[in-house]
Amino acid sequence: MSWSWLPISSLVTRSALSKPVTRLYPFERRTPYARTRGHILFKVDNCNFCTICAHKCPTDAIVANKKDKTWAIDYSLCILCGNCVEDCREGCITLSNDPHPPMLAKEIWSVRKDYEAPPPPESPKVVLPGKDSHPS
Amino acid sequence: MSNTTIVPFGPQHPVLPEPIHLDLELDDERVVQALPSIGYVHRGLELLAERHDFIEMANVAERICGICSFIHGQGYCQGIEQLMGVEVPPRAVYLRTIWGEISRIQSHLLWLGLSADALGYESLFQHSWRIREMLVDIIEETTGGRVIFGVCKVGGIRKNVDDEVLKAVKGRMRDIQAAFNEIADVFREDPTVKKRTVGVGVLTAEDAHILGAVGPVLRGSGVPQDTRKLGYAAFGELDWEPVVEQEGDCYARCIVRVREIDQSFDIIAQCLDRMPAGEVEVSVKGKRPKGEAMFRLEQPRGEVCYYISADGKKNLERFRVRTPTFANIAPLVHMLKGCELADVPVIVLTIDPCVSCNER
Repeated sequence: MSWSWLPISSLVTRSALSKPVTRLYPFERRTPYARTRGHILFKVDNCNFCTICAHKCPTDAIVANKKDKTWAIDYSLCILCGNCVEDCREGCITLSNDPHPPMLAKEIWSVRKDYEAPPPPESPKVVLPGKDSHPS
Repeated sequence: MSNTTIVPFGPQHPVLPEPIHLDLELDDERVVQALPSIGYVHRGLELLAERHDFIEMANVAERICGICSFIHGQGYCQGIEQLMGVEVPPRAVYLRTIWGEISRIQSHLLWLGLSADALGYESLFQHSWRIREMLVDIIEETTGGRVIFGVCKVGGIRKNVDDEVLKAVKGRMRDIQAAFNEIADVFREDPTVKKRTVGVGVLTAEDAHILGAVGPVLRGSGVPQDTRKLGYAAFGELDWEPVVEQEGDCYARCIVRVREIDQSFDIIAQCLDRMPAGEVEVSVKGKRPKGEAMFRLEQPRGEVCYYISADGKKNLERFRVRTPTFANIAPLVHMLKGCELADVPVIVLTIDPCVSCNER
């Protein structure tokens, strides 16, 4: 009699008697490893808007503007290569271990250094005819 | 008048979720000939190389394929380093070898699972992927990515891996090998696997050589050819021999992969024992590649050829990749001649087709 069925039978029996190897995601989550590339974080405080990160980004996910003191990242374009983290001299860009939550739409995180930035241009007031005497 | 019928096979999910289309000319249930057609997922990555900075292109080269991603990145970086005359530190070379072998094991385990699924062996499929998951965890712990490693760069690797982590990896590798040996016995001996694969899709050594087969398809036909024997990365300093099976059928190709996994565990253990200390990267700032280079690497699916031509500018002049699947399509068409229709999925699977890799 051939015993060739024995390896899989013992494997299946052991699996049936032991705990499942899968997790009940999202209720049960594994702790991410220290090196896991989750998503990009940015701290505006030290940033001098040198725009090196924007130049080094292979997918142009980062857009930085020196004049307006703005920095923005499009998470749907970011490939988590880590080039910006390595090249940021001020240490403003870091990688979080937690994966970015699923996006329902294109998500752009925009940061503006307000206290140094020039005031935003005032939008012209629109005066509708007949509304001048509206009590304020 | 011939009584043959043409049956379209693919491109939507023919065994693997890979878009390859075969027109099968059938005489009753027997395949008279098969006409392949590809080109469903062309992305123009080679052209992209001519427009991007060569340093940034390492990220793109890794995205040629999702399974052998690391080896594509490694091949690209090695080519650029060869053109620039950069010597990579030995620790980086050994770490690259380890990651290359880990990606070979996970690719073969993925294939073994899919082949078990194609044979209708669901439990074996799940067990193969259970073991693969343990390896993917090691990849994530050491590199930071699960599929796209993102560690290879021109001049070395991005981040060093601590010796403590490598020591832990060595212990875990032993556990994974023990777990793998259990399912390896099933692939070797189970009658369900044997009935579907033994004597199916035979490719003789002579045909394999003439048709230009590569990788496990070639070695499954008894030709001991492995590009790692060229001695790139650390392979020249390690003790190993190519795995060869003589039969040339689907079972032989399956067993070649099973034995290669065992061999890769051994290569990783050797690398961890001989791991040199020191730096992991050299600066390539200000250097530009100039000239042309052609070189070969061994991917899980077989030999991959890279051609790089650069004229000292920021962008490359030409970047060309010939992937193993392209080389294995001609042997596949030959193997399909004369087989039963029910055996077509199994034969297509045994060349381990990666069409997105093939079309770049």
